[in-house]
Amino acid sequence: MVSKAKRLVTGGIGALALLPLIHAIAAEPAAQPEGWNLLNMPKGVTSVSQNVYDIHMVVIWICVWIGVAVFGVMFYSMFAHRKSRGHQPANFHESTKVELAWTIIPALILIVMAFPATKSLKHLYDTSEADLDIKITGSQWKWRYDYLGKDVGFMSQLATSQASIYGTAPKTEFYLEEVTEPLVIPVGKKVRLLMTATDVIHSWWVPDLAVKRDAIPGFVNETWARVDKPGIYRGRCAELCGKDHAFMPIVVNAVPEAEFNTWLAKKQSEAVALRALTEKTFTRDELMTKGEAVFAHTCAGCHGATGEGIPGVFPALKGSKIALGPVAGHLNIVVNGKSGTAMQAFGAQLSEVDLAAVITYERNAWGNKSEDNIVQPVDVFKVKKGQ
Amino acid sequence: MASESSYYVPENSWIPVLTATSLGSMALGAGLFVQGKTPLILLAGVTLLACVLFTWFSTVIGENMRGMTNAQVKRSFTMAMGWFIFSEVMFFAAFFGALFYVRVLAVPWLGGEGEKAMTNSLLWQGFSAQWPVMQTPDQVLGGTKFVGPHENMGFPGWGKVLEWLPLWNTILLLTSSWTVHIAHHAMKHGNRTRFNVFLAITVALGLAFVAVQYREYHEAYTTMGLTLKSGIYGTTFFMLTGFHGFHVCLGAFMLSIQLLRGLKGHFKPDDQFGFEASSWYWHFVDVVWLGLFIFVYVLG
Amino acid sequence: MAHGPAKGIGRWLRATNHKDIGTMYLWFSFTMFLLGGFFAMVIRAELFEPGMQIVKPEFFNQMTTMHGLIMVFGAIMPVFVGLANWMIPMMIGAPDMALPRLNNLSFWILPFGFSLLASTLFMPGGGPNFGWTFYAPLSTTYAPPTVNFFIFGIHIIGASSIMGSINIIATILNLRAPGMTLMKMPLFVWTWLITAFLLIAVMPVLAGAVTMMLMDINFGTSFFNAAGGGDPVLFQHVFWFFGHPEVYIIIIPAFGVISAIIPTFSRKPLFGYSSMVYATAAIAFLSFIVWAHHMFTVGMPLAGELYFMYATMLIAVPTGVKVFNWITTMFRGAITYETPMLFAIAFVILFTIGGFTGLMLAIAPADIQYQDSYFVVAHFHYVMVAGALFSSTAAVYYWIPKWTGRMYNEAMGKVHFWVSFVAFNVTFFPQHFLGLAGMPRRYADYSLQFADWNMVSSIGAFAYGASQLLFLYNVIATIVAGRKISDPKVWEGAEGLEWTVPTPAPYHTFSTPPAFK
Repeated sequence: MVSKAKRLVTGGIGALALLPLIHAIAAEPAAQPEGWNLLNMPKGVTSVSQNVYDIHMVVIWICVWIGVAVFGVMFYSMFAHRKSRGHQPANFHESTKVELAWTIIPALILIVMAFPATKSLKHLYDTSEADLDIKITGSQWKWRYDYLGKDVGFMSQLATSQASIYGTAPKTEFYLEEVTEPLVIPVGKKVRLLMTATDVIHSWWVPDLAVKRDAIPGFVNETWARVDKPGIYRGRCAELCGKDHAFMPIVVNAVPEAEFNTWLAKKQSEAVALRALTEKTFTRDELMTKGEAVFAHTCAGCHGATGEGIPGVFPALKGSKIALGPVAGHLNIVVNGKSGTAMQAFGAQLSEVDLAAVITYERNAWGNKSEDNIVQPVDVFKVKKGQ
Repeated sequence: MASESSYYVPENSWIPVLTATSLGSMALGAGLFVQGKTPLILLAGVTLLACVLFTWFSTVIGENMRGMTNAQVKRSFTMAMGWFIFSEVMFFAAFFGALFYVRVLAVPWLGGEGEKAMTNSLLWQGFSAQWPVMQTPDQVLGGTKFVGPHENMGFPGWGKVLEWLPLWNTILLLTSSWTVHIAHHAMKHGNRTRFNVFLAITVALGLAFVAVQYREYHEAYTTMGLTLKSGIYGTTFFMLTGFHGFHVCLGAFMLSIQLLRGLKGHFKPDDQFGFEASSWYWHFVDVVWLGLFIFVYVLG
Repeated sequence: MAHGPAKGIGRWLRATNHKDIGTMYLWFSFTMFLLGGFFAMVIRAELFEPGMQIVKPEFFNQMTTMHGLIMVFGAIMPVFVGLANWMIPMMIGAPDMALPRLNNLSFWILPFGFSLLASTLFMPGGGPNFGWTFYAPLSTTYAPPTVNFFIFGIHIIGASSIMGSINIIATILNLRAPGMTLMKMPLFVWTWLITAFLLIAVMPVLAGAVTMMLMDINFGTSFFNAAGGGDPVLFQHVFWFFGHPEVYIIIIPAFGVISAIIPTFSRKPLFGYSSMVYATAAIAFLSFIVWAHHMFTVGMPLAGELYFMYATMLIAVPTGVKVFNWITTMFRGAITYETPMLFAIAFVILFTIGGFTGLMLAIAPADIQYQDSYFVVAHFHYVMVAGALFSSTAAVYYWIPKWTGRMYNEAMGKVHFWVSFVAFNVTFFPQHFLGLAGMPRRYADYSLQFADWNMVSSIGAFAYGASQLLFLYNVIATIVAGRKISDPKVWEGAEGLEWTVPTPAPYHTFSTPPAFK
């Protein structure tokens, strides 16, 4: 493995030897490049991504040829004008003509490069006439997708287990690239993506879509994508957003329009059903089972798998005043968050059922036994409405 | 001793490393203090700094009076002061830049103008962009973290112009720039009394400025609801005028030291660097004020 | 003035001699280089394979942050200040720096500042974990409480840089030997004059940025909070207004070093001296008007995006001029390959590759894909490590005989070079692939397709780290037991005042201004 890398890299040292490397890069990439074949930017599946790829390749080639010319001269002198070969130094030290030439020619090359770049950027910025608006909200360390005007919205977060990350369980094919629920978009439709965030800056990046746009708290950035080919496209958060920056992947599932509509209808009816569930009274065991699952992927990242927290950074829940205290305080902090800290307002992220379950779980797990230790969805609903 | 060909290189000295120690303890102490912990380390640092700077300046003045610093060394001092003032200009530039950015870009975006129109409709519905920002986006959504002021510092109209404190401050500071210039002129012509009198007037005008500024802040906090916490307007207002006010205090302090030195008869018509450096600093503070007056008050 | 150095520790604590202070800067920066390098080793060890093995993600973030801060502010900036202290007075025929006591203050602030910064790693909540670019609100609302020490640490480190730069400017403008006009100064002096100007212009802006953070964290202001009418992106504008000139502050003195070394070992005068000066000035000027090319994905309006793209592309022109000049200097020279020359040639090659990727990054639509990926990491390590670090290493090999009167071990120097060169490329070339294929920077863990190149990169990094210990050994061995030399002109082809004074350079070089033709 190492020797191959060294071969590749030391091969890259000589300017001429750069060529085969670049040829390898320029070759048609495999479907899912990985390992040693992972060399270049994907062409992607949108007009923007293909555009960007073309510009990228043109600029690489310009750089390569300039490099070949410049380093060619340099390696020639390094070889031919060695003192050990008895070469006597010349004494020239200026030439206005040459210096003008190597100022003007690069400037001209740059001007030529600016044209396609400008055109591409304008295309990329044109968010008009979108068929579908999706609001993407980054929170530490998950994404929320809201289909504007469709009454559908859900959270999407890492599905890889902590055990897998810490090496106590095997790593599967889509390690760190799998989410609880992917973003589903229709193929061939212009989707406007409206990015924002609730806490720190995140950046929503899917290379195959050539979409990378920062999600900035308090502002909405716009970009767009029209995916031409059905498929699953994976991406990541690209802006350092705290502890689990590496653990908030993105999965986009582009499906034919009919399939999308079916999916959307299903999500809409699910939302209605979920609202109905809010009125139901659950048993303690139901809440605990569900709560444990919600805790594992929503809370454990900061508060630890057994509620132990991280001293000085994230408070422990085991034996905490809030988990042992009156239920109203517990409901308040989970639903509304605590401003100025990493504790988010989960009222906007989780359903009433999930919230009730996770609060119940926190009040009963790890030896926490507080007085009134069961919370029903309807209690959460009241808190959400009551403010 | 002091000729062009022998540049004075000072002997080894404890002063710099002690100055560094004081700055180090100030950094540590300030870090503790803002977290609500002990202020003692900060105070110790400040005290040490005051002591070493006093020693340092005394040493340099003493060296000068013994004739150890030639014209070339003085040129180095002059350049150093000039570049130091340039660095101060750039510090203010950062805050002016922030003011321009929020006024021209951020606040209009929050209000739904320009490229980020969706910001307003998705996040801050009801917030409308205006400057000064009298109602923060937070307030529009019912928040209480940032509460806008009920009054601002902008031009109150010609009717009330005489009650407008910044106008008086402008007059005070411009006058003081003029008086310090007269003092300089006087010293160049060897008129020590005139120098001392006009320098004293300058310091007094500087102190008057600080007093008016204090009154303005007092009004802001007690009657106008304008505080550091009243959103971006309060933020930019207090940070810009506050840093300026701090520099006025510093400049007035420097000039009062020069006044004491003037009274002791330190300066000569051709040798008055300490005073000149302080007066340049004073002119710089004055120029910054003009920027503030225009961009924070008149156009505020 | 005629006396030699004082005895004992007092010589260093109370120093006013430019050579003593230069030496302290150089050793300080090497210490910081080893510390920052150690953090890099932690990073690469964690990234050796997928999964979290050695550290937790929150500590990983502290490592990337401290690695960046220590390397930029603690290692690279001070090493060039150290070189400036040693060489500028000797190059311009000055007795010392213009303001020797201020010079010592500038140095001694650094140990205090960096001790404070490094000690935060052991405090509750841990050290800075928001990246060396410390974007708000991760560095404000969501920062650990130690951020306050970070802020005040940056304040005093910045004050140190400003005072150091004022000193350098005063020295260059005021203390040149009679006859040395500006356009006769060695290029190293020119590059430092320009660098010092940049430092004075932008360090106060950094102070402004951290002050705004301080106020937002502790005093309820809303610079970076939309709820109060501010904007998190404002932080990035202020930061990069400092940050872009900052990266040139790091590389411009390197241009000066290379412009001294290449002519020496090519035995031929530097080609295009005046165009070198103008190109450096042009780069410095452009550095003030291109800052937002670091922010192509923050959602700037199209017009802003286009402007910053065009302005950034322009930088390629003066940078190209410099590279062409170096190569033309070598052309038809009589070249030998001592260690400084090897590092200088490697600089030209690798810096140019970094320049090419810089040009790619300037193309805004393509930058959408590069931004915040390992491609960027590879790019700036090509210009920071192979640029600034290789050139300062070259400078140490080049001038150490003059400093110590002893010759370094050439064979060991060459081994150091070849291991560094190969290991550097093994480390950073694959990072281009990783970034292009979609691996973001500052990731504590990554998905499986990135595994192979990450392992290669880690192996290269360990080798690179180890090779620096060889450098340390070579330097110490030279000082202690290197072969003694006394020829003022250590290198056959060297030109300039510093090669006219005895070897080793006397404690006080010029008590009277030298004759300069």
